[in-house]
Amino acid sequence: MTTPISYFLVVSAMLFSIGTIGVLVRKNALIIFMSVELQLNAVNLALVAFSRMHNELDGQVLAFFSMVVAAAEVVVGLAIIVTVYRRRRSASVDDLTVLRG
Amino acid sequence: MSADQLVFWVFAPISIGSAIAMLLQRNAVHAALFLIVNFFTISVFYLVLGASFLFAVQIIVYAGAIMVLFLFVIMLLGVDREESLLERLRGQRVLGIALGVGIALELIVAIRAGVGFATHAPANFDEVANRGGNAAAISAVLFRRYFFPFEVTSILLIVAAIAVVVLASRQRPSLARATEERATDAEAA
Repeated sequence: MTTPISYFLVVSAMLFSIGTIGVLVRKNALIIFMSVELQLNAVNLALVAFSRMHNELDGQVLAFFSMVVAAAEVVVGLAIIVTVYRRRRSASVDDLTVLRG
Repeated sequence: MSADQLVFWVFAPISIGSAIAMLLQRNAVHAALFLIVNFFTISVFYLVLGASFLFAVQIIVYAGAIMVLFLFVIMLLGVDREESLLERLRGQRVLGIALGVGIALELIVAIRAGVGFATHAPANFDEVANRGGNAAAISAVLFRRYFFPFEVTSILLIVAAIAVVVLASRQRPSLARATEERATDAEAA
């Protein structure tokens, strides 16, 4: 492989930052959630790249675990969004300020 | 230019571009479709990096299962809603983008300091780490050194399944009426 490993890490960093901007800027809860997924994937890419760099498979196993956690997280998060939508008739996070204590 | 470099330079712009396009979409369905494109490009990166098992898992779990779940919920909630452009917090958009660009620059500086831009991966990955094929090698690591975390994962999945059943089950009618009354009381007060 002739591509330097840092190239993949830079792509991963950029994807993570785009996900961060999505979480900070967007209002739709579903799109915020998709941005979180993007961040998780960016970190997975970095893990796999590090696994390749260190010639060990531990990074890939960690990425596998993070995929499992992401799957569980998506299911619970979407259920919460649906529950909120059922009460508030809206998926905008601005309407959730009523949740403050 | 070797094959893996060609693959990288073809797919890296698609990856970044689809992520930015996802961010700019008004329509949640279009955003989900761009995210699927992004997941496919990441799976191609996995293949280049010698993680063929994760390549398959990425397509099956992410692009398949998770995004179908997302699209299902988008359809359930209705797609024709426009996002309000009103900013509740003044300067949130500008500040958010500035902080995002800042974290990107910071990460790139960290990569330069920690890994170095010219560091090449060892050439014998397929002979050392991936001996006997990636799936066999990964299962050897997973079921020996990481066996206990693997079992904990199953508990996590069961807890998530129970949580969804609890969250998604409709309230009993009497209970729902009581909460509604409380809500109307709160609005009146």
